[in-house]
Amino acid sequence: MKEYVPIYVGTVTRYVFVDSPDITPQTLATRAYEVSEGVMIKETCFGLQVTGMPEEVDRLIEHIRLMDPNHIFVKDRGFPPGDPRRCRANLGGARPGYYGHEFEMGLIRFVSHGLDAIELMDEQDYPEVKHTRTAGPGLDARTLKRLIDAEEK
Amino acid sequence: MVKVFIYPSTSLILSDMVDRWGHEPLGAALQIRERIQTPGFDSPPLQMTPDDPKRGLRYAAVEVPSGVRGRMALMGPLIEESEAAIVINDADFSFGCMGCARTNELVKLLIRHRDIPILELTYPRSEEEGVAFVGAIKQFLTGLSEGAA
Repeated sequence: MKEYVPIYVGTVTRYVFVDSPDITPQTLATRAYEVSEGVMIKETCFGLQVTGMPEEVDRLIEHIRLMDPNHIFVKDRGFPPGDPRRCRANLGGARPGYYGHEFEMGLIRFVSHGLDAIELMDEQDYPEVKHTRTAGPGLDARTLKRLIDAEEK
Repeated sequence: MVKVFIYPSTSLILSDMVDRWGHEPLGAALQIRERIQTPGFDSPPLQMTPDDPKRGLRYAAVEVPSGVRGRMALMGPLIEESEAAIVINDADFSFGCMGCARTNELVKLLIRHRDIPILELTYPRSEEEGVAFVGAIKQFLTGLSEGAA
């Protein structure tokens, strides 16, 4: 068995997604570099990947979030940017995990609208959530059989 | 600060919302990061070792496929550590092979069996639903802060 020597031990990597009419990933990257102080920043098509010691990354994210708080979204990432096990430059095709981001980024404008709206509302005026289990009726057996039959033909 | 388990555990929206309102999101990235930053034997791509399916035995029986047990070795400790949970029920993108599908069912079951506050939602499909979605999450998370204080 081969020995495994990890890189960037002790660091955290965070994705910063931007879906704003006013800010591009490039603007975000420029602002991030201004306050980076050693944090590694990678600009991507959707925003940034930021890698560094936890407190430095938190400080940087707190700073860039202020640019457009309701249109900038942040999440943790397990791998550092460019890791050969995940980077599509090595694997070809979309990066694993891309499809989840693609799906959620398609809905993020509703979340941004929600964030904008609740800032102007009192807590008791928040509308009730209509669906908690499934958004609509599930796939019934008859439709499933029709799909299977169509596939077999 | 309350540790909030999020499902889907890779959700950008939930991870951001929990962080935004001052709590700690417990998602898959934390477990993956821990594994890939620990030296040992090379076991790409996720540094999952043969020990992980054994750890998964805590959550699923031995006849359950090792894929489920391996995944539970990641998710199980997070569920045990969590003090609250937010679940999105129509996360179609998290559907995958039988290992993923059964793990998803088991994760939801284990969360519901724990005596912790749980918020169940579906993804917003319109602006009106977006307001309700964000409002429900904010109310839930600020309620946790008041409970913890």
